[in-house]
Amino acid sequence: MIAEPDGPEDRLRRFATIWSRAVFPVTATSLTRPEFEQRLVPLARRLSEALRARTFEPEEGRAVGAALVAEHCTDPEALSRSLDCVDAYLVLYCGGEGGYAEDQRVRAARLQHAMAAGYAAALRDRTLTEQEAISAAALAAQGAVAQALHATEARFRAVFEGAAIGIGIADLDGNILQVNGALLRMFGGGSEQSLRGHKVQNWTHTEDAPHVWRLYQELVDGKREHYHVEKAFNRPDGTVLWTNLTVSLLRDADGEPQYQLALMEDTTERRLLNLRLRYEATHDALTGLPNRTLFFERLEKALAAGDGQRFGLCYLDLDGFKAINDSLGHAAGDRLLVEIADRLQACVTAPGEMVARLGGDEFVALITGPDTQKAVDELAERVLGALATPVRIEGRELLVRGSIGIVEGPAGERGAAEVLRSADITMYRAKAAGGNRYEIADAEADARAITRHSLTMALPMALDRGEFFIEYQPLVHLGDGSVRGAEALVRWLHPQHGVLGPDRFIPLAEDTGLIVPLGRWVLEQSVRQAREWREKERAGDYTGPLRVNVNLSPCQLTHPRLVQDTVDILERAGVEPGALCLEVTESALIGADDEVLKPLRRLAEMGVDIALDDFGTGYSNLANLRRLPVSILKLDRSFTRGMQHFPADPVDQKIVEGIVSLAHSLDLAVTVEGVETGHQAEQLRVMGCDTAQGWYYARPGPPDRLHELALVDAS
Amino acid sequence: MERPAWAPRSIDISVPSVARMYDYYLGGSHNFEVDRQAARRAMGSIPGLPKIMQANRAFMRRAVRYAVGQGVTQFLDIGSGIPTFGSVHEVARAAGPDARVMYVDHDPVAVAHSQAVLADDELADVLAADLRRPEEILTSHQVTRLIDLNRPVALLLVAILHFVEDADDPYGAVARLRDALAPGSLLVLTHASYEHIPLPPERAGGAVGVYEDIRNPLIMRSREDIARFFEGYDMVEPGLVPLVEWRPDTAPEDEDPYGSSGYAGVGRTA
Repeated sequence: MIAEPDGPEDRLRRFATIWSRAVFPVTATSLTRPEFEQRLVPLARRLSEALRARTFEPEEGRAVGAALVAEHCTDPEALSRSLDCVDAYLVLYCGGEGGYAEDQRVRAARLQHAMAAGYAAALRDRTLTEQEAISAAALAAQGAVAQALHATEARFRAVFEGAAIGIGIADLDGNILQVNGALLRMFGGGSEQSLRGHKVQNWTHTEDAPHVWRLYQELVDGKREHYHVEKAFNRPDGTVLWTNLTVSLLRDADGEPQYQLALMEDTTERRLLNLRLRYEATHDALTGLPNRTLFFERLEKALAAGDGQRFGLCYLDLDGFKAINDSLGHAAGDRLLVEIADRLQACVTAPGEMVARLGGDEFVALITGPDTQKAVDELAERVLGALATPVRIEGRELLVRGSIGIVEGPAGERGAAEVLRSADITMYRAKAAGGNRYEIADAEADARAITRHSLTMALPMALDRGEFFIEYQPLVHLGDGSVRGAEALVRWLHPQHGVLGPDRFIPLAEDTGLIVPLGRWVLEQSVRQAREWREKERAGDYTGPLRVNVNLSPCQLTHPRLVQDTVDILERAGVEPGALCLEVTESALIGADDEVLKPLRRLAEMGVDIALDDFGTGYSNLANLRRLPVSILKLDRSFTRGMQHFPADPVDQKIVEGIVSLAHSLDLAVTVEGVETGHQAEQLRVMGCDTAQGWYYARPGPPDRLHELALVDAS
Repeated sequence: MERPAWAPRSIDISVPSVARMYDYYLGGSHNFEVDRQAARRAMGSIPGLPKIMQANRAFMRRAVRYAVGQGVTQFLDIGSGIPTFGSVHEVARAAGPDARVMYVDHDPVAVAHSQAVLADDELADVLAADLRRPEEILTSHQVTRLIDLNRPVALLLVAILHFVEDADDPYGAVARLRDALAPGSLLVLTHASYEHIPLPPERAGGAVGVYEDIRNPLIMRSREDIARFFEGYDMVEPGLVPLVEWRPDTAPEDEDPYGSSGYAGVGRTA
């Protein structure tokens, strides 16, 4: 519509312009003022038409008032300004001609009333609607959050209830608020009520480490965020629950401490297992005594004790246990050890005392305290006293003696290994002095002594380095005085201790298993030596020994390769089996079953001679001799000892005569050891002994000396 | 509605909300008394706050029309608040009926309100997310459903960045969003500033204090700092200018002096 200048349309627009200029500053619309003015034009037109209509409709004012609200004129100032505009300009710009003027003023006033009412009603509606909308939105949002929260809570509750570890929540006063099923089960079942209302502080246990409750206090005081301890609890049924316990402090949004959260893992089983493993690792399975490990722990502790503290140590080794073990069997030996262990245990009853088994027939007793000098001697007396009563095993009364080495001194001076070495050396002094006694350690003796320990350690290297050598002692035919053979005796040329006899290291080699390679080496060397002798003999003008005697230890006897190794060695050297005699101790064969005898029988069948060594020292069953594959008895030197002097002991004489007669009736040759005088030799010859060996003829020596001996003898 | 991980564990309508305060400044009734109290306190320091908000709305309206005029009909409005009237989808639809609008806000009440308003609108949606976690916005299924990131998008950050503290790396968030936008996309941005505000800064600072009190600090930035948000964008004429000076439809002298408070600008990705 094109507005004619100052025509009705133009005037209407000018009214709208004035109106918009008045109201625009107080609106919140994002329209520009000209755009806003365009929105007012239809409203102005409605007012204008109402002003001039034939029938006056004041309701038009209501509609215009409501429309203002719709145009976001929600500030009441917009209404005020609009009414001002209508009041001042509506009739002026939109009124009719002439006499209507007064009537139009009345109409304008009524339109204003209606506009105000319409505006108020629309604003009220809009306000209520928007309030409703925002409340609904807030509710919806809260509902969504609550739902999500509920889902989260449900999830957390499932975690809480389903967790395999125990979870408990308590307030900072220690009141238990909530616990989960796993925790209840750890405490032996029962309802949550049984724990709820409890106080955390009541969960003390006698095994609580001192720091457990200090950490607790720090946590509830807010000085610590969490702690982790191993803690025991008393279950209602009186048993103990061990746990790995982690306690954390829970703070609220403002960082104020609120709750304590405990997570506990049941470690009872694991702990028991550990204890059992620990027990097994520290105790001897046979006797139940503490073992070497535990003994060393205690000894180290005793040696680390403070000023004024002393320790006393008795190192006990049974005398002759090996013989018992060998003759009665391991089962009997074990029972004996158990009995001895019980007796020793009864000797140490005071706190700070202990008895332990180090292995084999070696035991130690340890005492600690400020005054052990006298106490350790008394202890040694008690131990020897405890051994004095014979032990009954399998219907036999066995008298077991022991040798004790005592070390006593102040704590803090020596290490455990040194102390034990000293005790070991001292024990050997007691043993060397005849046994059934104790000796007290002294530094000088220690320094001189060669410990079994160091020898044991040096043994394997010694074989590799060729520190062993063999001496031969001739076996002389008593009938014609000719040298019939020689016994091979192994020696160790120890770099520090010089030449050591077999009694010093063979038992150690047996303990460590080195006896097998060492024995094989001795056999090889001896067989090679026998071949040399035979080659010399073939070369003529040789009157030395042709046969060689080699000792077999019990260990070698049971070694599965004994027969094969022996055959290999003989074949490699090209020596016939008849040139070899293997000496086996009586104690190793008595009580031996067929399984043990089988390899010996095979060797005997091949032509190897088997000699029964040290005959007469074991618990021999003479009737048993028949079933042994032996061809020679070697009488122990103890029988010949009584014949060294004139007149000879008639009892010894009778015994030897008896044995010789028995042996010959079984077709066994008899060799006597330890012949030291011509008189002895003569007597033994008369008694019918076949062969003799001893210093009277020759000490053990290098193989070439035997030839000389034979020459001397022949002369 | 899946509750995002960052959302509050509860909604406390006794705490003023900037979205509802904004509504109050604009004469709306989508607000509660706590909101009105806070808004009135802020207006005690800056009486012209409603005019500043109005100028923001007016600028947004001009910018949306500009975007549609440039052929950009996808809108991502982050910090949309409570769209009382003249909201983006209304303005955009007036210019181009197929315009798609994704509203994003972190105020759960504002989001719930928008959901109610947009319930039957296929081409507009709202997402509860936070500008400080742009990845969550870009990968949300609402955004990927409604917005094709391979085509230009108008990213609206109107009156929101001054609520993101430097510690929360607003520049990084804006850059991440920019990197996700196709070439030809627009950044439509306004930001509060002490510059051009017709009051001494110490007086205007009172309003900043109010926002501090409601734990929603208002960060006034300099023009220079605001310009850095446009890194990687070519500025559309007339550049970064006081609100009312950006492509005004009317003579600036017609505008309320408060309309010059704060800066507005539009940038285009190459």
